Amino acid sequence: MSKKRTLFFTVALILLMTIFVVGMVQAATGPTPANPGGSDSAIPWWGWPLILLIVTFLMGIMAVLGGVGGAVLYTPIIGGFFPFGMDFVRGAGLLVALSGSLAAGPGLLKKGLADLRLAIPVALIASTTAVMGAMVGLALSDAVIQTAMGLAILAIVVIMFLAKKSEYPDVQQADKLSTILRISGVYHEPSSDKDINWKIHRTIPGLIMFIGIGFMAGMFGLGAGWANVPVLNLVMGAPLKVSVATSKFLLATTDTSAAWMYLNAGAVVPMIVVPSIIGIMLGSLVGVKILAKTKPSAVRVIVLVMLIFAGLRALLKGTGVWK
Amino acid sequence: MEGKAIKNPVATPGASIEQKRYGAILDIAMKVGLLVLVITFILYLVGFPKPYIPVEDVSSYWGLKLHSVVNGEEAGYLHVTGIEPGWAWATPDNLKKSDFLTFAPIAFLASVTVICYLSILPIFLKRKDYIYAALALTEVLVLVLAASGFLPSGGH
Repeated sequence: MSKKRTLFFTVALILLMTIFVVGMVQAATGPTPANPGGSDSAIPWWGWPLILLIVTFLMGIMAVLGGVGGAVLYTPIIGGFFPFGMDFVRGAGLLVALSGSLAAGPGLLKKGLADLRLAIPVALIASTTAVMGAMVGLALSDAVIQTAMGLAILAIVVIMFLAKKSEYPDVQQADKLSTILRISGVYHEPSSDKDINWKIHRTIPGLIMFIGIGFMAGMFGLGAGWANVPVLNLVMGAPLKVSVATSKFLLATTDTSAAWMYLNAGAVVPMIVVPSIIGIMLGSLVGVKILAKTKPSAVRVIVLVMLIFAGLRALLKGTGVWK
Repeated sequence: MEGKAIKNPVATPGASIEQKRYGAILDIAMKVGLLVLVITFILYLVGFPKPYIPVEDVSSYWGLKLHSVVNGEEAGYLHVTGIEPGWAWATPDNLKKSDFLTFAPIAFLASVTVICYLSILPIFLKRKDYIYAALALTEVLVLVLAASGFLPSGGH
């Protein structure tokens, strides 16, 4: 086994072991219905935030290497294995995705990879429906949310597994709406040392899909990168690099509207949010350094396995099979 | 046809003026927000100023639902802690408590997008790009409405 692959599996193994230990400890200490995850726990008050910091750090590495946003891993894993209420986990998930997007945004915009003209109409639709999703999510019980999220995560795994990517989708002709909105661009591709012209098509179907994407992002606190990229790339025909960068950038807008709903509802606990943001961001920085030296395809498989695990956990927790 | 890489004779790669402005403001605001978030969280951890809920007691509440009813009585997080939702954290009295103080940079980070959109609005107007000016303004209104606390958020 090569050094790179050993590194992948070491990080993944540590993350899985930490999650497993967390689950075991939680089961052993048994949060009581009256005081869930609470002061009667064998773990001191600072233990959970510390474990959270470590897990989110590892998650940040895996997210970068696996090519997913942090929140799609964060919400189901932290919701499934930590003693935090789902309302707080979803609120933190949105803030984690938001922070990651804010941090990446300046570089992506300045390089011309994220495209503002593409992002603005998409973000408006997704952020509006994210507000609605957050309203629905905050009104539903934990069991319903966990069950629905479990099913959603498993569906995401199928999408991620089946969706092919296209470096440069073939867009014969820009459609009418994208022409009116003047959504097109050019970026420099260093690997081929060429300027890539791009335009998009199927703008209306793409925008309609963002109604659902925004709603799910707000409802489950999952971020939306898992869906943004396939729609921008495969449906609307933006080049892969533009799709990935624009997706990352527009998360800040989509998740901002939903995050405000959770913030205003009182579903933000700094002791959960801040270690998560710091952990994911530090992990992402390390992940980017590792990514430069590695081929991430193997890690993508690990991420998919983790998502299946997290999706099943959420589903079984929601249905009461595995409390 | 895959792999269409075209040498563009007219357009040149790079960011537009509005992208550069958006990126520059986002860069500064994001760094300030994250720095202040870390500082206020450290203050909260050391208990200066005194938090509303002491750090050692937070674990008693973080597993609760926002709203729940046990034996006919409200037993949710907001009820048990006495924390008021919405903008109540931002009152002068509450901002003297280190846990509520931590909400300030979180709210700031959640407001950065509004600031960035407002910063590029004049560029669209100057260029008579009224469609994008309208889209940007509508986005600001959506985010401000979400932030206002006027929309119902929870209550199961």
